Amino acid sequence: MKTTKTLAATLLLVGLAIPAQAKLRVVTSLQDLASIAEAVGGDRVETSALARGYQDPHFVDAKPSFILKLSRADLLIVAGLELEIGYLPPLIDQSRNEKIHPGNAGYLDASTGCDILQKPTQVVTRAMGDVHPYGNPHYWTDPENGRVIARTIAARLAEVDPSGKAAFDSNLAAFEARLTAKEREWDAKMAPFAGARIVTFHESWPNFAKRFKLEIVGTVEPKPGIPPSPTHTLEIINLIANEKVGVILVEPYFDRKTPDYIAEKTGCTVVTFYPSVGGIPEINDYFGVFDHDVDAFVKAMIGKGTR
Amino acid sequence: MLRSMACTAALALLVAGIAAGQESPPPTPTATPTPTPAPPAPAGSTGGASQTSNYFNPSVSVIGNFLALGGQNTLENLPGASLRESEVGLQAVVDPYARADFFISFGEHDVSVEEGYLTFTSLPADLLVKVGRMRIAFGKVNTMHLHVLPWPDEPLPVVNLLGGEEGWVGTGVSMAKLVPLPGDVFSELTLQVLRGDSDGLFVASKRSDLAYNAHYRMFADLSDSTNLDLGLSYGLGPNGTSPDTKTALGAVDATLRWKPLVRGNYRSAILRGEFFQSRRDQAGGTVNASGWFLSGEYQLAKRWWVGVRGEASEHAADAAVRDTGEAVTLTFWPSEFSQLRGELRQRRYGGPNSVSTAAYTANEVLLQLQFAIGAHGAHPF
Repeated sequence: MKTTKTLAATLLLVGLAIPAQAKLRVVTSLQDLASIAEAVGGDRVETSALARGYQDPHFVDAKPSFILKLSRADLLIVAGLELEIGYLPPLIDQSRNEKIHPGNAGYLDASTGCDILQKPTQVVTRAMGDVHPYGNPHYWTDPENGRVIARTIAARLAEVDPSGKAAFDSNLAAFEARLTAKEREWDAKMAPFAGARIVTFHESWPNFAKRFKLEIVGTVEPKPGIPPSPTHTLEIINLIANEKVGVILVEPYFDRKTPDYIAEKTGCTVVTFYPSVGGIPEINDYFGVFDHDVDAFVKAMIGKGTR
Repeated sequence: MLRSMACTAALALLVAGIAAGQESPPPTPTATPTPTPAPPAPAGSTGGASQTSNYFNPSVSVIGNFLALGGQNTLENLPGASLRESEVGLQAVVDPYARADFFISFGEHDVSVEEGYLTFTSLPADLLVKVGRMRIAFGKVNTMHLHVLPWPDEPLPVVNLLGGEEGWVGTGVSMAKLVPLPGDVFSELTLQVLRGDSDGLFVASKRSDLAYNAHYRMFADLSDSTNLDLGLSYGLGPNGTSPDTKTALGAVDATLRWKPLVRGNYRSAILRGEFFQSRRDQAGGTVNASGWFLSGEYQLAKRWWVGVRGEASEHAADAAVRDTGEAVTLTFWPSEFSQLRGELRQRRYGGPNSVSTAAYTANEVLLQLQFAIGAHGAHPF
């Protein structure tokens, strides 16, 4: 009798506990989006990212193990602007998960509402290299776009899991408050370098540059996705000397050989700039990306002046 | 009779599946459709009707495959230079339940539908169903289009045991189901029921002559940078040498990939191999023939790859004839959309009654130029 009662009580408890514990499974293409989704979703979500923060987000393999993750996902969040065009569409098709198909509630394009730069104003062709016809997809490198992404995610989470709306709203408020405080800190550190001219390896940093008032005068790649050529490298060396460029920003997944050579010829500094969460273990959330990059930039610019 | 019933039953199951797929999910709250950013308007465009009607056109791509050969080969006597294939891809979502993919293969003088199929993407029970004409999931290389192969040519076991360079292409129904395994191991079982003909391999003399294929695939990430892909296949179909004679096929395929994620744009390696077995009933008895290839490719720099391949295969109709070969390749990618490849190849062709002594040796150089225009959908891994 007692056993029956205990059993019944246990069953009841388990029955009550399951729905409370069933977390929304959120899969994202980038670790940055996972970090923001985690901040907004709190303990109601379980996030996982497909690409690693230290990997070139343009060239991710469409591994079947990703199909498994997608088949169980309640929400898929992508950077959009065709950043994932090389691997995600066939994975979504093979996921057997209708929820996450574009157009359904379980598919969210995080670029919605963000400040997107470099939207082509003329007809694009591949003679321009690996151009993105919908604009530059590295938009999360502006923290204000991070704020927009957080709001978009909070709204969508509330749609998929209406009972969590209050929690998502309060998590979002906390994220935004922290972001505002952090932005003041980053702005203060970067203010002395407003107007500084920089060179980057790839066209990944226009949003970062706009936010912190830097001027990108050239890229080490002659065209997006095309590796450095001797002629172009020479042009960049001259440009750096003429424009008094202090730093070259290079993502961890690009070859340092050419940037290092340019630095040797010109005296400028090559800085490894991490575009994403997880680029190194210390960068473990979205704020960490800017904490690291801002400090690295400031350190490299010491003694270089702004012009 | 039984076989045509099997086919009908498969189709009936499919229809039931689609219907269930449409009804079963609880009504999800209608989402605000994610606005797709409008493509940049061409200069001078006023928008309006003509633009809207273009919007749902499929993604169109053309991949050119130019092949030039040097050296002599009287047995596989390909022309000195040819635009071997122009593959036109037309791909789009059909409706909320399915997508369609067409790959039309143009030779210099002829045209064929290499693939044209509908994929039902929202079926219940972890099913993925394809209906139409498709490359059959027999082994790994057979599923790959010419332009994604790591060589300019098909390896010998495909040529000798699957009916020629084209491999096994079939028309029918394909059903793939995820089979749950512990951990994050991907596992999928594919069953295919097809019309019983494929050039050089199967011949259907009547409607009820069908071909079947079963394929099981396992994929596991061994680490962030290394993964292993394994496949087992079994195929069966009528070979047309007399009524009711069949060819049974078996294959084992393995692919080991290494790509360190941080340096993955500059360094990676792939080791792949397949073993085929063919058991062909014909006048005079059953012929058991087998073949294999082993290939390694190494990426030296962002745009440079080297590769090496060994291959050997008996002939499906006469196992006493055994061909062997070796090849080395060098590939340069000016960009993601074009590719220049050279291959030095030696093939030793077995004579009619020779088991191990080579009857004819061909030394050749193959030069391949491939180029893609348009929006070609990403290929399955």
